[in-house]
Amino acid sequence: MKLRVKFSKHGALRFIGHLDVMRYFQKAIRRAGIDIAYSTGFSPHQIMSFAAPLGVGLESNGEYMDIEVCSLTSTQEFVDALNAQMADGIKVLEVKLLPDNAGNAMASVAAARYTVAFRKEYYPFFLNSSVVDNFMSQEQIIVTKKTKKSESTFDMKPYIFECLFQKENCSITMTVDASSANNLKPSLVVRALYEANKQEFDDFGLFITREETYTNVGTADAVQLKPLGAVGVNIDE
Amino acid sequence: MRNLALSDDILMKVEKPARYIGNEVNSVMKSKPDISVRFAMCFPDVYEIGMSHLGIQILYDMLNRFDDTWCERVYSPWPDLDAIMREKKIPLFALESQDPIKEFDFLGITIQYEMCYTNILQILDLSQIPLIATERTWESPIVIGGGPCSYNPEPIAAFFDIFYIGEGETQYRALLDLYKKCRESGESREAFLVEAAKLPGMYVPRFYEVTYYEDGTIKSFEPTRADIPRTILKEIVTDVSNTYYPEKPVVPFIKCTQDRVVLEIQRGCIRGCRFCQAGQLYRPVRERDVEMLKSYAIKMLDNTGYDEISLSSLSSSDYTHLEELINFLIDKCKEKKVNISLPSLRIDAFSLDVMEKVQDVRKSSLTFAPEAGSQRLRNVINKGLMEEDIIKGATLAFEGGWNRVKLYFMLGLPTETEEDIHGIAELSNKIAVAFYDTVPKEKRTGKVQIVASTSFFIPKPFTPFQWAPQCTKEQFLEKAYKTRRAILEQLNQKSIKYNWHEADASVMEGIFARGDRRLSKPILKAYQKGCIFDAWGEYYKHDIWMETFAECGIDIAFYTTRERSLDEVFPWDFIDCGVSKTFLKKEWQRALEEQVTPNCQQQCNACGAARFQCGICSAKKEGGSL
Repeated sequence: MKLRVKFSKHGALRFIGHLDVMRYFQKAIRRAGIDIAYSTGFSPHQIMSFAAPLGVGLESNGEYMDIEVCSLTSTQEFVDALNAQMADGIKVLEVKLLPDNAGNAMASVAAARYTVAFRKEYYPFFLNSSVVDNFMSQEQIIVTKKTKKSESTFDMKPYIFECLFQKENCSITMTVDASSANNLKPSLVVRALYEANKQEFDDFGLFITREETYTNVGTADAVQLKPLGAVGVNIDE
Repeated sequence: MRNLALSDDILMKVEKPARYIGNEVNSVMKSKPDISVRFAMCFPDVYEIGMSHLGIQILYDMLNRFDDTWCERVYSPWPDLDAIMREKKIPLFALESQDPIKEFDFLGITIQYEMCYTNILQILDLSQIPLIATERTWESPIVIGGGPCSYNPEPIAAFFDIFYIGEGETQYRALLDLYKKCRESGESREAFLVEAAKLPGMYVPRFYEVTYYEDGTIKSFEPTRADIPRTILKEIVTDVSNTYYPEKPVVPFIKCTQDRVVLEIQRGCIRGCRFCQAGQLYRPVRERDVEMLKSYAIKMLDNTGYDEISLSSLSSSDYTHLEELINFLIDKCKEKKVNISLPSLRIDAFSLDVMEKVQDVRKSSLTFAPEAGSQRLRNVINKGLMEEDIIKGATLAFEGGWNRVKLYFMLGLPTETEEDIHGIAELSNKIAVAFYDTVPKEKRTGKVQIVASTSFFIPKPFTPFQWAPQCTKEQFLEKAYKTRRAILEQLNQKSIKYNWHEADASVMEGIFARGDRRLSKPILKAYQKGCIFDAWGEYYKHDIWMETFAECGIDIAFYTTRERSLDEVFPWDFIDCGVSKTFLKKEWQRALEEQVTPNCQQQCNACGAARFQCGICSAKKEGGSL
């Protein structure tokens, strides 16, 4: 049985890196006594895969991992059992039983929605709805991407599905490509926005929360995003 | 949610911020108003090392079982954070509450190796606690040291209010009660320390005075008050089956050196290797009840979720119920998909059989610790291992499919000759030969891999070799080059890889190991010049240390290469670890005569530890006498 687990990550735990979160869940699953399936071979390991790694320092309300279990009483019981083992900061939000033909979490990821808030001292006074809308109405949004070896330019526009200014709390919400091939970091979008407006940009000024991770249930041309958890079902006792 | 002591921008800037946030599974939170004693337990090295230490886990668990006490943890900030904390004057904080250490009642520091001494000063300094103990007021916590290096605490005596000599399980309750009483009745810090000095195992250095002869050796070591003891007898847990042991050890988020459940099966060792300090300090050997161990193994695995369990002791093969325990673990761990790791096992048919069951033979390597290259020298150090045992063990292992062997040796042991050094190469070669003789060509998957490593011998207090001169750096290196040449001369040299230790650090360790109070000055000075993390090769600044010793008028040779006379008073003689100086002298004599002394299982050698009336000393023996 394949399960998709959705969890949130807040507070001090945003400083725990992706690999450590994996190790953390492996231990939590053991402590919770969950009947997880193991790989065969000399050193069996839990069958578990994560959707999209979250950078250190980011919070999230929409992380996913897939695991395989040998037995399950109910999805609610699973959530409760795992939550009883969580450290302050990580919470299991839902568990869904996946259909047998469901793709694995990582391959399924198409996009993610983020809230980008600003730290006090970094409040961007130039920002408002029309600045963001103007930014988004460009034909192309060319940015340079630096890697260790080279510098290349690319157009990020096709990878931004939505980008809006939220007046009430002065934040930006955006839905961007998060697939393993074209993952777009929200900070890169904000940087381009700052540069387009000739503003000085500091990565540290941003406080980013991943709100949800999506899969594409449409086609490559007609993208239709659904939360990763929407493909599964609840199981009652 | 807790507030963190460090701001986001600092945490985002430093390497591995998870070192500083606490909140780990099984870490203990308490409500401050319900607490009368706040204890900060420190391992003065980086988080991943400190969190791997069993002793702190035991004491953390014990102190937090006391309703009136909250024990938290603190480790050395890595140099990146160290620099930021100094610049911004951020006080060092405990992981659980994130509160400044200076607000605590106690700062307990475990001192596991000599090379952490400057890190102790780093901890005090960042905590904004005066470095010199006598300059502290009630504004500072009581700084108490423990662990193996507290068996010669003199080089760092100036920085500590108290040293706890011996095992922590026994006297902390009494010490905390005394503290509470003194605070309630408004006693001075000094008055509290006087009373503390009367408790068993407590050494308060400020109440002892040392005088020296002109040649620099100790003339007298006396208490300055009549109401405190002249010698301090180590504290010991007599019943290790009915005592504190953590059922819910703290589980770190980041990968630590010891990333598994650790089950301490016994304390002490029967072997009596003459170079080994632990083998003398923790006498007598005391085994934990096998049923207790079984029950803890299950509880600890269930409470942590670890996928590995390791047995810990100085010599696991000597544990009486090892077979029963291992069979139990193999059974249970298969069910739970848990790996078993078995360090310090003697290689024989039984252990190979067990290892085949619990390890992937292709991946694992076998470890032998002959320590010396020749039988003669192995007799000098009282290492019972015979060459034929090693070859037999290796042969059995090769038959079982292993093809990697690690060998550990020491260079610079007392009486060592060229032949002994050659013996290291020859033994390595013989093991390679055993492989080619045992495994037919068609069954070989590549060459046999033998890794021979040597460390440099450093004489330690409370060992029969405490009188022995240590080699100079040049002698050490010469010996390492000789070993390398000898290995290159062997027929199977291509199957043998040779590693040796840093010589500089060994000299330093030797100075501190048998050092006295006069060393606190250069330690303080070297720290002020920027020495920290000396145990880390990349941070160890040998030149600054040497320069500082010279400035302070310290003659290194006095501490390291000097031969001590049998009647010399040592800086650590005021401590009684149970094993008598007379016994150690006799053992030193026997070593020079190349005589082996039977182990505690075979016969009692009247070392003195029988006075504790526990463990093997109180067990009935057939052949021996007390």
